Amino acid sequence: MSWMEMNLPYLLAGISVGGQYALIAIGYTMVYGILRLINFAHGDIFMVAGLLVVYSTTIMPIYVAIPLMIVLTVLLGFVVERVAYKPLRSAPRMSIMISAIGVSYLLQNLALYVTGGLSQQYPAIPWISDTIQVFGATTKRVTVITPILTIVLVALLVLLIRYTKIGMAMRAASKDFETSQLMGIKINSVISTTFIIGSFLAAIGSLLFFTNYTGVTPTVGAMPGLKAFVAAVFGGIGSIPGAVIGAFIIGICENIIKGLGWTTFSDAFTFALLIVILLVKPTGLFGEKATDKV
Amino acid sequence: MSSKTKTMWNVGLIAALLLLLFLLEQVIPSGSMFFTVLKKGAIYALVAVSMNLLNGFTGLFSLGQAGFMLLGAYTYAILTIPVESRNSVYQYFDGGVIQFALPVPVALIAGGIVAAVFAYLIGLPVLRLKSDYLAIATLGFAEIIRAVFQWDKLGPVTNGSNLLRSYPTFKSVLYPFVVAGICIALIVLLINSTYGRAFKAIRDDEIAAEAMGINLAHHKRLAFVISSFFAGISGGLLAMYQTSIQASMFKSAMTYEILLIVVIGGIGSVTGSCISSFLFIACSEWWLRFLDNENLYIGSFHVPLLRPGFRKVVFAVIIMLMVLFYRRGIMGDKEFSLEKISNFFRRKRGKKEGKGGASHE
Amino acid sequence: MKKRVLSLAMAAVMVGAMLAGCSKSDGGSASGDSGDSGAADGAKVVKIGVYEPASGDNGAGGKQEVLGMQYANEVAPTVEIGGEEYTVQLEIVDNESSNDKGPSAAASLVSAKVSVVLGSYGSGVSIAASDVFKDAGIPAIGVTCTNPQVTEGNTHYFRICFLDPFQGTVLANFANENFEAKTAYILTKLGDDYSTGLGHYFKTAFEGMNGTVIEETFPENNSDFTSYITSAKNAGADVFFAPVSTEAAALIIEQAAAQGMTIPMMAGDTWDSNVILNAAKGKDVQIYVTTFYQEGGNEEFDKGIKEWINSNSTAKANNGGDDTVSAVTAMGYDSYFVALEALKAAGSTDPKAVNEALWKVTYSGVSGDIAFDSTNGDAMRDVAYVKCANTETGAWDFVAVQGVK
Repeated sequence: MSWMEMNLPYLLAGISVGGQYALIAIGYTMVYGILRLINFAHGDIFMVAGLLVVYSTTIMPIYVAIPLMIVLTVLLGFVVERVAYKPLRSAPRMSIMISAIGVSYLLQNLALYVTGGLSQQYPAIPWISDTIQVFGATTKRVTVITPILTIVLVALLVLLIRYTKIGMAMRAASKDFETSQLMGIKINSVISTTFIIGSFLAAIGSLLFFTNYTGVTPTVGAMPGLKAFVAAVFGGIGSIPGAVIGAFIIGICENIIKGLGWTTFSDAFTFALLIVILLVKPTGLFGEKATDKV
Repeated sequence: MSSKTKTMWNVGLIAALLLLLFLLEQVIPSGSMFFTVLKKGAIYALVAVSMNLLNGFTGLFSLGQAGFMLLGAYTYAILTIPVESRNSVYQYFDGGVIQFALPVPVALIAGGIVAAVFAYLIGLPVLRLKSDYLAIATLGFAEIIRAVFQWDKLGPVTNGSNLLRSYPTFKSVLYPFVVAGICIALIVLLINSTYGRAFKAIRDDEIAAEAMGINLAHHKRLAFVISSFFAGISGGLLAMYQTSIQASMFKSAMTYEILLIVVIGGIGSVTGSCISSFLFIACSEWWLRFLDNENLYIGSFHVPLLRPGFRKVVFAVIIMLMVLFYRRGIMGDKEFSLEKISNFFRRKRGKKEGKGGASHE
Repeated sequence: MKKRVLSLAMAAVMVGAMLAGCSKSDGGSASGDSGDSGAADGAKVVKIGVYEPASGDNGAGGKQEVLGMQYANEVAPTVEIGGEEYTVQLEIVDNESSNDKGPSAAASLVSAKVSVVLGSYGSGVSIAASDVFKDAGIPAIGVTCTNPQVTEGNTHYFRICFLDPFQGTVLANFANENFEAKTAYILTKLGDDYSTGLGHYFKTAFEGMNGTVIEETFPENNSDFTSYITSAKNAGADVFFAPVSTEAAALIIEQAAAQGMTIPMMAGDTWDSNVILNAAKGKDVQIYVTTFYQEGGNEEFDKGIKEWINSNSTAKANNGGDDTVSAVTAMGYDSYFVALEALKAAGSTDPKAVNEALWKVTYSGVSGDIAFDSTNGDAMRDVAYVKCANTETGAWDFVAVQGVK
């Protein structure tokens, strides 16, 4: 076997996982950019999206189930924000973060209850689940699709933020929450839109992730969620390209570490990378420098 | 009440509590869930108070508690496993490299010290970070510690990722109560000292505190190290309670649980943390267990929805409701004290006697 | 003022609840009381604790094991102890496949005053809860916890299955003889005693036959196994040995198939589950497992339990949606009868007497003859069944009965 043939699978897996992290990370980074909230429940929304497909495909064809899943996931993200975060908008930052942990706890336990604690088999999705050959490496088609789809979606998102009215409102809100309110921006609809976009991308991410790794368990969202968050911090929280680049770096590094046989440390490495970047450049790769106001 | 009688009252109350526990232990069978909850509750009370010292009193948002508990628990276990049991515990590592066992109190304190030393080292870089960044960095460190302790190469010391067991444990519920009680008392003394006031000043306004001449870095580090020391001790106690431990237990979910306890008890209230930890453990381990029973009847009515796992859903809903509608927690930032209770009753009586006369409010 | 009333009310509620708890714990378990209403009137009740995972990693296996006990309870709902008829009541708790949640679940069995405990599936949770049972003086019968440490050095934990040193050797022999394997890739889960233990014994045996092994571990909550599979391929391994939970196994099989890994995959008793069969169905993979029982080993039992599973929708769901009889179900069934034998022999429901009696119990179960050795209380078993997953029919094909030379 050539060197390429031996190592390409690690790289492919890394890029694919990186794309999936990126889609989740955008949800984190946008929410943090506006609300300064680490939305701990985001990983669990991703998990719920997986479960929705598992259950809906038992009663309906897959081409109905997937759009339905996306709609329901978006709805869930919206409802979570309205019920658990909106009432706490004037409360201390800590309260709202606790509320996020509470939501995460609730979603996980609900999933535990519904699934009976058993891993659910994600259905094979036609075409993207097929096995293909890439430069001599065998893999699923989704591995190749993920990075392409991720980049397309991110490009669309960046266009949306740059050129539409709501995008402008989002940028204003993340620059200065209070002033933007005074300028007549309907802050609640901006925040809801943020959650809707984040959940939509998480839904797509979950589709890609579970097509590759087909078991859905109540805690399956925790690790990808945490890593996506790390990616968001790594890239500079609030910055969308930063989150995407951070996610790809983390995904690829993680798989290289596994390939080197340091599997015990594949998760720890992610955090080590994070701590290093925080110490060297506390606002992340592309973060804006924040100044404290007295 | 003068401060002297207040102290007397408090000491008396604690003595009465311990006596009550001692008596209960003679009456109730030791296997009862009641004691399970009390033991675990006492341990969680200690770690919750130690986290509160950091989050509530110093304003440092740290999520590293599980990591420091791991350090304490492992140090305790590694140092106390009897030499004759080491071969069976360290079965894949030829009995391990440590061939001695220390007395229990020494090992417990050593656990605290190891946690404190690590906290000092970790604190050097990360305490420069602010709020959420500090939280995520400490969370990251806890995860790194967990991975290191699972590493095969360290197996002769840590037994790799396998269980540590056969170390001395406690039987009586008094043990965790006394140890946790002493530690919490020490924390309270600290909070009421000059250092404690400096911590609170930092929490309320860092820049103002610095302007008043408080050395920020020094005080933050001190709070971090002390909090970790007690987290380490509670880790040792947890090891004793569990009878066997493993690095994989100390996940970030554990830190979240402790954080929830602190918040439900009231950020900045020691007694609040204690009360809420008992309530939290009792709810999660005991009182709600009947909800997992599929065949629950009220009269002849078959209660629907019940099956294993339902208890946790209900518990999570309770937590959510607490967080949303009882935002300041059980105690807010107030403390529970006899004085307030006696005042409360006196005032009530006074009101009755005065028939709506002058209010004290 | 309002605040004060609230805090007072809070304190009152807490004290009240604690006291209520005291009286409750005197009267028996919180969960057990309600179940009593179903018991036959007048008959005495003996409680058997079931300490099994119903959620988490090993939830699927644990549920199947409990099915065996429930079916056994259906077949033999009463037992005669010391000349009196007792109704047997199963007290089931979920240890959540977690070594830290397990002891609390075990404590709730103790406070329910069970006479003997059955379980668990998975060795780690059994070891973790061992001391809780020991302190309470309650004997436990391990059903499919194969790690030696479960019973080693104690007198209250028994076990009816074979042990990992045996199973590991059987598997290594099988790999060597049937696949002429020279290199084995071993993938185990970090912090899982079953996985680490079996991996270790396989390695020892395999290296004893001059084979080379590559060992790797994966952390909890890992769902990406592609890198491990790539490493196994790159190392030129002849067999892929993965003694892991069914949850991880399903992912491994799926990803191995997607990456075109064709070398045989081998595993121990955990993989003997319809979860594996479903994952492997229609894919190009070879899967070999060792197990305690081969479906068809006892016609009467198979027929009975299939009928029962098909007539009970919850049971069917717990069995993974079909009526395949897993070895663990047969083991669960046998463990129940071993417990009954012990209760009969003890002539009392006192846990201590049951513990004494267990040493002498012998029983011919559907999975073979069971008798405990006198040092650790392990069942003396010297054969394992090797099965192969048929990826076309989605059933197990019998391969061999294997022992150790």
